[in-house]
Amino acid sequence: MTSKRKVVAAVIFLLALHLAILLAGFISPYQPATQNRDFPYLPPTHLHFVDARGHLHFRPFIYQSVARPDSLYEYTEDREHAYPVHFFVSGFEYKIAGWFPSRTHWFGVDAPAQIFLAGTDGYGRDQFSRILFGGQISLAAGLLATVISLLLGLCVGCASGFYGGWIDESAMRLAELFLVLPWLYVLLAVRAFLPLHISPAQTFLLLVAVIGTIGWARPARLVRGIVLSAKSRKYVTASRGFGASDAYILRRHVLPHTYGTLLTQAAVLVPQYVIAEVTLSFFGLGLSEPMPSWGNLLANLQQYNVLVSYWWMFAPALALVLISLGYLAVANAFQQRLQSGSI
Amino acid sequence: MRPSMKYLERRLIHAALLLIGASVLSFLFSGLAPGSFFDEMKLNPQISPETVAALRSQYGLDQSLPVRYGRWLKSVARGEWGYSFAYNQPVRNLLIVRARNTLLLTTLAMTLAWLIAVPIGVWAANRNGRWEDRLTSTSTSLLLSVPELVLALGLLYLVIRTHALPVGGMTSSAFDHLGRWGQASDLAAHLIVPVTTLVLASLPILIRHVRASMIEALQAPFIQAARGHGIGRARVLFYYALPAAANPLISLFGLSVASLLSGSLLVEVVTGWPGLGPLLLEACFSRDMYVVVGVVMASTVFMIVGSLLADVMLLLADPRVRVDHA
Repeated sequence: MTSKRKVVAAVIFLLALHLAILLAGFISPYQPATQNRDFPYLPPTHLHFVDARGHLHFRPFIYQSVARPDSLYEYTEDREHAYPVHFFVSGFEYKIAGWFPSRTHWFGVDAPAQIFLAGTDGYGRDQFSRILFGGQISLAAGLLATVISLLLGLCVGCASGFYGGWIDESAMRLAELFLVLPWLYVLLAVRAFLPLHISPAQTFLLLVAVIGTIGWARPARLVRGIVLSAKSRKYVTASRGFGASDAYILRRHVLPHTYGTLLTQAAVLVPQYVIAEVTLSFFGLGLSEPMPSWGNLLANLQQYNVLVSYWWMFAPALALVLISLGYLAVANAFQQRLQSGSI
Repeated sequence: MRPSMKYLERRLIHAALLLIGASVLSFLFSGLAPGSFFDEMKLNPQISPETVAALRSQYGLDQSLPVRYGRWLKSVARGEWGYSFAYNQPVRNLLIVRARNTLLLTTLAMTLAWLIAVPIGVWAANRNGRWEDRLTSTSTSLLLSVPELVLALGLLYLVIRTHALPVGGMTSSAFDHLGRWGQASDLAAHLIVPVTTLVLASLPILIRHVRASMIEALQAPFIQAARGHGIGRARVLFYYALPAAANPLISLFGLSVASLLSGSLLVEVVTGWPGLGPLLLEACFSRDMYVVVGVVMASTVFMIVGSLLADVMLLLADPRVRVDHA
């Protein structure tokens, strides 16, 4: 594959993932918080194509799950009645991309049957819906923190590279410190000094701010390098000779050189920061229960019996791996094009 | 003074500055903290406000940040590294045991990771562009996108389901009653899951770097000459090309200590390995400030020792470093 094709393929894959998470309300059949106390730890619902008489159906159908009377957390399918999967059904009300109210869902089954594509958790909540809605929170955290890191890095890097002198010296020494410290230790240490018991929205913003601030050093160093090489170009000297101001030179001649690197850095940082949020929430230092996030969902696995008995609780990990895979592919492709000088 | 000593001296001063910087930074952050260990006590009606205030002043929490930093420096000089509120003893006692366990885990993982990564990287570079190389790069990309947390949980799941290994902690409960060999094998069995996770997590980056720098080294004219002389392939790769490619790899070794420590923190918490990670996490929850600072300092020391080690190795491996920094 040529490098251009690679970029396109990777970007499309990532966009599809993001679209699915953005349209969580449309794709998920149930609300993330709806509990089904009769069905804790229900395994993923089987989609059937062949019925009891051996006829093939192109529309998949499911059987209703019923708890086995003799044991806890074990279920069988009630084969008496088949429930075909319908598309574009009406369900709970949600807002498309947080804006337009709608009731249409991608798929669903008729009551009383329920469809749980990724099983349920200990409260009988639909994991599939929770992964999608949780993805909104985890991804938003990753993206916002990346924006913070890049903005900080851009400001410090520009100031450092453009003005040099003591600004450069002190900023780069501080950057060195942030680069060499093991980031997870720093992240936990900073989190340790911040309040534990605050509202979910505050926690979210705090987390994003902390994760984003800690990561400023690498983009700052990269931007500084680019600014240094850009400002020694002859056209910069020329425009300075024509009386251009610092701000004009930065905006017009220097900043455009940094875009490729910033984009690549963004592709590297987003998955890292999503994982940072997941790690903190997994440890119980991040977002807390009512808010679904991939870290919270994975935190269920800290219980021994959940880890051992209910393999579908690993489903959020799959989402995490897919997102990292997509971003890594994009970052690699960007890097290759950056090195060949065509971005 | 010999130039190489001068180089080392500069690196040592640099390391000391880094340590001071890290400690100042952690104190600055702790100054931002709105609450402290004793604030949780205030909620308890059985403890009077006066007692809490007395405790606060006993530990110097009512003083300004610079004063606290000074007191902490003094206690570091005494070898106490501050005082743990939750454990009610000097932080040093906690740190030594935990740091030893983390050190055991990380050195083992790092050694294994390099021992595996170098042959694979060299092999991939040797087969540059062919299917073996592509297979390696695809599998490293895949492995790279699996977060350590998921790796650790997945391995734990496999191990528990197969009942192959003991899980959790560092030793079995019957450890004290085992003989010397029994103890060693028990420890080894507990090490397998965390070490495997760390090795798997650090392999992709190491393999990629080994491959990249080997490919560069293999393009050098002297390699062509060596091949032209009919020197065997393995000898060319490992005896001539690898030392030429070693320079960036040694730097990578110094840098990779930091990410290894981060990974180790996570793995320790997930697998219950009693290292620095769980200690830091507990301290976060109980707001045991000096333990947090102590653990961060311990991890910084590890990191700095790693990079000093890399400096020394660079000095031994590359004569240019000895001359250039004179």
